[in-house]
Amino acid sequence: MPSLIWLVPLTAVVIGATLVVKALRDAGPRVSISFQTAQGLEVGKTLVKYRNVTIGRVTAVSLSSDHNSVLVSADLLRSAKDLLTADAQFWVVRPRIGIGWASGLETLISGSYVAVEAGDAKERQKEFVGLENPPPSTHGLLGKSVVLHAKDVGSLALDAPVYFRHFEVGHVIDRELEPGGHGARVVLFIDAPYDGLITHATRFWNASGIDLTLGADGMKLRTQSLASVLAGGVAFETAPTAQDVAQVPSGAEFTLFDDQAAAMALPDGEPRYVRMRFTQSLRGLFVGAPVDFVGVNIGQVFSLDLDYDAEHRSFPMIVTALIYPRRMGKAYEVLEQNGTATSEDKMARLVGQLVARGLRAQPRTGNLLTGQLYLALDFIPGTRPARFDVDARPLEIPTVPGSVQELQQKIVSIVDKIDRIPMAEIGRHLDADLVGLNGALGEVRTDVLPAGAAAFQSLQTTLGSVDRALADDAPWRDNIDQTLVEARTTLRTVRSLADYIDRHPEALLRGRHPSQSTVSKGSASAASGTE
Amino acid sequence: MTTPVRAITVGLVACRTCGLVMQRMPVPGPPASCPRCTTLLRERLPRSAENTFAWLIAGVILYIPANLLPVMYVSGVGGGEESTILGGVLSFWRDGSWDIAVLIFTASVAVPATKFLALALLLWTVHRGSRLARRQRTALYRLVEIIGYWSMLDVVVVALTAALLKFKALGTAEPRLGIVFFCGVVVATMIAALSFDPRLIWDTGAGDGH
Repeated sequence: MPSLIWLVPLTAVVIGATLVVKALRDAGPRVSISFQTAQGLEVGKTLVKYRNVTIGRVTAVSLSSDHNSVLVSADLLRSAKDLLTADAQFWVVRPRIGIGWASGLETLISGSYVAVEAGDAKERQKEFVGLENPPPSTHGLLGKSVVLHAKDVGSLALDAPVYFRHFEVGHVIDRELEPGGHGARVVLFIDAPYDGLITHATRFWNASGIDLTLGADGMKLRTQSLASVLAGGVAFETAPTAQDVAQVPSGAEFTLFDDQAAAMALPDGEPRYVRMRFTQSLRGLFVGAPVDFVGVNIGQVFSLDLDYDAEHRSFPMIVTALIYPRRMGKAYEVLEQNGTATSEDKMARLVGQLVARGLRAQPRTGNLLTGQLYLALDFIPGTRPARFDVDARPLEIPTVPGSVQELQQKIVSIVDKIDRIPMAEIGRHLDADLVGLNGALGEVRTDVLPAGAAAFQSLQTTLGSVDRALADDAPWRDNIDQTLVEARTTLRTVRSLADYIDRHPEALLRGRHPSQSTVSKGSASAASGTE
Repeated sequence: MTTPVRAITVGLVACRTCGLVMQRMPVPGPPASCPRCTTLLRERLPRSAENTFAWLIAGVILYIPANLLPVMYVSGVGGGEESTILGGVLSFWRDGSWDIAVLIFTASVAVPATKFLALALLLWTVHRGSRLARRQRTALYRLVEIIGYWSMLDVVVVALTAALLKFKALGTAEPRLGIVFFCGVVVATMIAALSFDPRLIWDTGAGDGH
């Protein structure tokens, strides 16, 4: 009968065996990954992570047999064996810093690690070729990828944001040159649920940098975000005139326009070439300069050539421009309906009629500061009739000198007229007149002014006499007073006489009756006076 | 070489605790207690060799995971690392702290190994009834007892580090399962050493020596 003490080592054995079994159960697959370089990889220390969860550890780093790559062996956890699909991707996470983004910064301190991105394939494998750059991490993310074709990617960086109405709805996950170098290819990933916004009518444009427009309504500054100013970005919107609003599958291809205006513009359609011949300098006109038709931008300058005219021994400029008739909008629809737009001959005849009505090409100043020119196709009133060849291809539109040249000519003629004014002669005459005027003024000073002074003196004397005459104590005023008193007395006498006569009219004939002598002495005397 | 007289042959028994020596009861029966300290009086520890052997085996078995499993997890800014006993010794050695490396190696590897070997040797010689170098073997047993106290050094280091290094994100240290096994090793070997009755060394035909 063995002692119970043997339970102690038995327990130890059981615990140890449990650990061994657990370790054996946990032992996962060993994978081999080849990389270009083992920079930052340390045996036994570097971890293998999937979505930042440690799933293994690097156990060996060795050179490949041809010494061209590095073979990294890693022991993974048993639970990670489902990640080892044939399309699983391995890469080394190192600190990467860009404008507006940074990744793997934690590896500055913790050291690099090997990251895994699982795939969807059914097959399993244990040998992989590692990626040198982090792949677009979209596995398991909901959303849609979109392929954009562009002339160049501008300042678009990886991970650059994608905006829809200034909302960040995705990011750039890949960018590369097209095979052959003709243009570039940018892959976006639009996160769910915004991926539903992508339809056939969606237009993408490069929202990098700052869009500064100086218009008639002031200066306009448009940006998406500070990050997009520095690191670039893509914005999209649905064209307002969209017909086809069906959603697109993942991986749909679009064009990346340079700016919003270009993106939202109607499709240009097939361009037509026109040629213009200018006899004056076209300094300020460049390839790509806009061509306006009665104020609507319908094309751009395609080429500028110098020609030699042997007959006139001059060097005219031959300007070829691309015209997009579709940009004429409604007018184009009308032209399309009667077939003019589709037939070259009909179009040529129409242009001929327009030329007969005064359609001319004219270089005009688009920007006064820089002196840049644009070409205007406009009806110029009062132009001389021009020859138009209906059969010429490309169509040759007659030209008139530019507005600046006209302005220059006018200014020159004005200056000429000013030049012809006899300034010196006018000056001389004016001088003589001024001398005469000076003499006349001298006469006034010497002759007229003393006489005037004398006249003023006698006037003053006269006024003094008048003043004295009108004074209160003047003798004639007493006389007048006396005279007035006399006159008043006389008038009273006359009145009493009149009264008496009124009462005794017979008195006129018989004289005054003594009994009736009510009349005062005065009146009697007055009456007697009248007798 | 003269063999000293053994207590058991002259009917004496000593108390293991207080050292009181008294006359042994001639009557077999339940073991008597020490009249001074009430410790059970035993001429020999019962099943001493068997118990020692069992604890020794348990200690050896526990020693395997104690060395294979990490004993401590130290996290600093940007990541943590688990280290085993030997891994820690190696990293200290590589970093130039050879003194600390030697210290930890002695406490964690040399001492337990010495104890295993010493106990195994003692058990084996007792089992065989060897009469060789009995005095040295007794000295060896005393040594095992003394160095046993120091085997806990590693456990104390881990406990202290884990208690002191608590700066959240900046750095923390946590004990790991390995230290539990190491603790078990130390406890098992100490019990094994205690279970061994060194008087067995001298029980090998001592009386025949005369």
